[in-house]
Amino acid sequence: MNPATTVLRTGWTRGRIELRQSFTNGADLFSHFLWPGLMAATMFFIRDLPFGSSGLLLGMLALPSILGMNAATGMISMSQQLTADREDGTLLRAKATPHGMPAYLIGKVISVSGGLLADLVIFLVPAMLIVEGLRIGPGSWPTLAWTLALGLVATLPLGAVLGSAFTSARAQGLIQLPFLAVIGISGIFYPITALPEWLQWIAQAFPIYWMGLGMRSALLPDPAAAIEIGQSWRHLETVGVLAAWAVLGLLLAPVVLRRMARGESGSTVTARRERALQRV
Amino acid sequence: MTTSDKVVLDVGGLRMRYGSVDVLHDVTFHARHGEVLALLGPNGAGKTTTIEILEGFRTRSQGQVKVLGTDPAHGDERWRARLGVVLQSWRDHGKWRVREFLAHLGTYYAPYTTPRIKRPWHPDELIEAVGLTEQAGKKLRTLSGGQRRRLDVAIGLVGRPELLFLDEPTASFDPQARHEFHDLVRRVVGTGETTVLLTTHDLDEAEKLADRILVLNGGRIIADGTAGELAQRIVGEDEVRWLRGGQRFTERTTDSTGLARDLFARYGDDLHELEVHRASLEQTYLSLVRQAESAQEATR
Repeated sequence: MNPATTVLRTGWTRGRIELRQSFTNGADLFSHFLWPGLMAATMFFIRDLPFGSSGLLLGMLALPSILGMNAATGMISMSQQLTADREDGTLLRAKATPHGMPAYLIGKVISVSGGLLADLVIFLVPAMLIVEGLRIGPGSWPTLAWTLALGLVATLPLGAVLGSAFTSARAQGLIQLPFLAVIGISGIFYPITALPEWLQWIAQAFPIYWMGLGMRSALLPDPAAAIEIGQSWRHLETVGVLAAWAVLGLLLAPVVLRRMARGESGSTVTARRERALQRV
Repeated sequence: MTTSDKVVLDVGGLRMRYGSVDVLHDVTFHARHGEVLALLGPNGAGKTTTIEILEGFRTRSQGQVKVLGTDPAHGDERWRARLGVVLQSWRDHGKWRVREFLAHLGTYYAPYTTPRIKRPWHPDELIEAVGLTEQAGKKLRTLSGGQRRRLDVAIGLVGRPELLFLDEPTASFDPQARHEFHDLVRRVVGTGETTVLLTTHDLDEAEKLADRILVLNGGRIIADGTAGELAQRIVGEDEVRWLRGGQRFTERTTDSTGLARDLFARYGDDLHELEVHRASLEQTYLSLVRQAESAQEATR
C-alpha cells in the first residue's frame, strides 16, 4: 500500500475513533448537548416575537441564522483542540510517527466537522418543531449543504491557524471574545439591517454573517429576503466572501502549521507541562 | 548482546548555538548496530539538545550527523519509520484505550515493513512484552504513572525501530519504579536488534543499561567507554584501611596493590584487618566532571 493511501486511511480511522470517543463519555456528551440545547431554548422564548412591522417572526429568522453561527463554531473547536494537543504532547507524538502530522490533521478535520454535524442536527430537530414559517422544499437541502461545506472550508483552516499561533489555553480563551463580538454584529439573533451601516460593513467582512445568510436563504420563504441587505439572498456575494476566507485559510494554514510543528520537541512539551502544572 | 560493525549513529563536530551561547561545542561519537549507548552528564550538559538533534526535532548549527545513514535535518518518512522515540507522556490521548491506541499507531508503520523487519509489532504481543495485558482495555487516563511509562516504551517500540531514543526516561521516578523500568528496557531491547541511545544524569542507570557510556559535560564529550574503561581511564583513588598495634590507619592511593605489598613487607604479622576499597565509578564520574569544569575555568 502506498504512503498516501495510508495517510488518508489512518487519518480517517483516527477521526472516526475520536468522534466515537466524544459521543461515549459523559463530559463530551454534555458539551455536545449544552450549546444546541441552549440555542433551542432561545428559539422557544423568541418564537412568537415579531420583527418590526415586517410581519416576520424572530424565531423563524433566527433558526437558520443560529445554524450558520453554530457551523462557524467549528473554528473555535479546531483552534482549542490544536492548542490542547500541542500542550499535552499529542502533536509531538504525531511528529515522531511516520506521516503522523497529516494523519493527525485529517483526523482532526473529520472529528471536528463530524461532531459539528451532529451538533447541528441536535439543534435543528427540536428547533424545527418549535418554530413555524420555515419553507423547506427540495431546493433547501442543496443550498444548506453548500453553505455548510463552504462555511467549513472557510472557517476550519482559520481555526487551525489560530490554534497554531496561540500557544496557551489562556490565549485560546481570549480568541473567543472577538468571536463572540462578531457573532453579536452578524445578524444572528436580530436582523443585521437593524444595525448602523458601518457595523453592517464590519460584519460583512467576516464569514459568520454570510453563513447565517446562506442558511436563511435555504430555509426561509423568498419574501423574507426583503429584510436583508439589498433585499436579496446575495448567493454570489456569499460564495465570494466565503471562498476568499477559504483561500486565505488554506494558504496560511500549511505555513503556520509547519512552522508550529517544527518547534515541537520533547523539551518544549516538558517546559509547557511544567508551566501548566505550576498553574494548577 | 550482538553488535555488528554497521554504524547506526555517526556524529562529528556537532555544534549548537542559541543566540550567542554555545550549548554544544564539539560533540563526536558513533554507535554500532545493537549497541546500547548512554549519554551521561549533569543537568544542562546538552544531553537533551543532542538527542533532539538526532531525533530530527531540532536543527543543528554545525557538524556532521548521520542517523541510520541519513542526515536527520532531511529525514523523510521512511527514515522516521525506522526510529522509535520514547516520550514522557503526560495526559495526551486520555480517551484512547491501550490496545486501540497501539493498534492504531501500528498502522502508520505497516507500509514500511521489510523482509527482515516485520512492522508493526502486533499490539497484543507488544502489550504482553511491556506487561500491560490486564490494562489493554483501559483508557489511558486511568493508567497509573508506572503503567503509563510502560505504555510510553510500547509506543516507542510499536514500529519495531532499528534505533530507539530515550530522553531522561526515569527522571522523577522513585527507586522501585526505576528498577522496574530498567528491567523492562533490558527485556525488550535485549535482543540486540535495536540500537539504543538514552540520556541520563544518573550514573547508576547508565551503568545498568548501557554497553557504553559517553560522558557529556559543558557541551563536550569528555569520556567514552564501557563502565570498566571509564573507571580505568581516570584512575580514582582507592581507600586502604588496616589495623596495626591496636591503631586504625586509613590512606588514599592510586596504587592500592603497591601499598598493600609495602605494608606486608614492612609489618608482616603485625598487620591486621586489611581492606582495600576500589574507587567507585561514581567517584570516577564526579572527578571527571570536576576536572572538565576546572579545565573550562582555566581556558576562560
